[in-house]
Amino acid sequence: MSHLCIDKVVVRFGGIVALDGVSFEVPEGEIVGLIGPNGAGKTTLFNCLSRLYQVHGGDITYNGRSILSLPPHRMTEIGIGRTFQNLALFHNMTVRDNILAGGHPASRGGFIGNALRLPGSRREERRLHEKADRLMEELDLTAVANEGVGELPFGTRKRLEIARALMSDPKLLLLDEPAGGLNHDEVDELAERIHGLRDERALTVLLVEHHMGLVMRVSDRVVVLSFGRKLAEGTPDEIRQHPEVIEAYLGKAG
Amino acid sequence: MTATTKPWKRYLLHLRSAVPALCLLAALIAPFVLEGFTLYQLTKVAVYAMAILGLNLLTGYNGQFSLGHSAFYAVGAYVTAILMTTSGFTPYLAIPIAGLAAGLAGYLFGLPALRLEPLYLALATFGLAVATPQLLKSSHLEDLTGGVQGISLTRPEAPFGLPLNSDQWWYLVSLAVLVCMLWLARNLIDSRSGRAMIAIRDNPIAAAAGGIDVAGYKTATFAVSALLTGIAGGLSAVVVELVAPDSFTFNLAILFLIGSVVGGVASISGAVFGGAFVLFVPNLSEDVSKGLAGAVYGVFIIGVIFFMPQGLAGFAQKLKARLEK
Repeated sequence: MSHLCIDKVVVRFGGIVALDGVSFEVPEGEIVGLIGPNGAGKTTLFNCLSRLYQVHGGDITYNGRSILSLPPHRMTEIGIGRTFQNLALFHNMTVRDNILAGGHPASRGGFIGNALRLPGSRREERRLHEKADRLMEELDLTAVANEGVGELPFGTRKRLEIARALMSDPKLLLLDEPAGGLNHDEVDELAERIHGLRDERALTVLLVEHHMGLVMRVSDRVVVLSFGRKLAEGTPDEIRQHPEVIEAYLGKAG
Repeated sequence: MTATTKPWKRYLLHLRSAVPALCLLAALIAPFVLEGFTLYQLTKVAVYAMAILGLNLLTGYNGQFSLGHSAFYAVGAYVTAILMTTSGFTPYLAIPIAGLAAGLAGYLFGLPALRLEPLYLALATFGLAVATPQLLKSSHLEDLTGGVQGISLTRPEAPFGLPLNSDQWWYLVSLAVLVCMLWLARNLIDSRSGRAMIAIRDNPIAAAAGGIDVAGYKTATFAVSALLTGIAGGLSAVVVELVAPDSFTFNLAILFLIGSVVGGVASISGAVFGGAFVLFVPNLSEDVSKGLAGAVYGVFIIGVIFFMPQGLAGFAQKLKARLEK
């Protein structure tokens, strides 16, 4: 089950209202695109979903339960994984270790068992490695498995972030500008990949994106934010023709 | 390997995987060919290496700074000495208990400290290092700690009638403890726990978003680090046969830090290099120039940092990589 419900969420930074009563839902199995001009509050909302920002009003529930009392590291446990807009990889680790680190919530081993290499820890480690190998295969990372992340091309690092997030077996995947910095072909590939994730892994996806083409192509539904409020919500076609959306993006005519 | 590989290079290549084993063999032979003071110094290298290993786990792998590890070393040493002299404990029991006591101290100190930014954490631990010798001397604790005099103890001879003198025996005990610690630390770093520690160092926000309990791991790492350093302190009490407040000043914390950085802060084997460096290089500096020993030591440190930014262990790694090319 995966059902995310954002209910009249308010976030303030000092005197500035970054989110002003935003409400929408992300039902199971859907790909929902979140768009809006710069400063509309998209990333703020994402950071609320990861529990990195405090919410000042309203509620966010996942499968009927409020997430606002949970610490950030519990989000993967309830099934919410994410990637970051500006890449937040572990820069001194190899590609493989980055992915393995993503498997943290899907494993248990503690300090003592790991230090002593007890059978349980070894089994778990083997299981994590197998899973990481499969994900690297799936996301075309096998060739760079043992390389450090610093030297990798941008597109590869973006795929690595997705692989790392998938290691914890999320039900809901939050993608923060996955197309940022990608070239045309890479964006095409990404669009296919996002559909593939939903279809093959039964993932629900919430996507923040500047790249209109990608959002319109992959989303089942699009939510438009502007100045901290929800401006519109609907299918990509409805959004494309929505007068207020056109105005927000292109400015008032005449 | 191509046919053009030079014979000497091929020879070295064969040798390289045997290096750790050869080192261990040399370390095992050492007590039977070296004597007295040299052996005592090697024992101290092993003890310092344990403390530095504790610091490496904390700083190198988890990104937390400590200028206060002399305090945990002191806890280990004093608990061992007190248990042995007042309650008649054998050191084989007293040292592990002392290690746990230091680990607990580290855990309790880590709880509030982990909320601090790196610079403030460094300062807080510095406070701990400065306070420790004073506390140990304090008249309120004098009955327990022996005040300024400290506590002298006697180390037991080798058990089971082994044909070893006490210097040889305690050298071998220290070596065995160090080897165990290096093995445990290696396992830890290569596991889920180690990856979590490193992830927190590299990017705490991404680590938390990836399901890692940042606060929990930081405190646990602080405790493990203090535990290793506390065991080192306990062994040092037995080896030196004396604990006194002025052996645990801020200078000792700096000594560990130098050993950690010079050896290679994010490395396991670096702790051994670091332990050897802080023990032998000051003496070496004195041989170079009596009057300028401090300056020569400083030049050595700057030299290592300048020419081997990953420390001695990193330098050794690079040599190995070059050989394998």
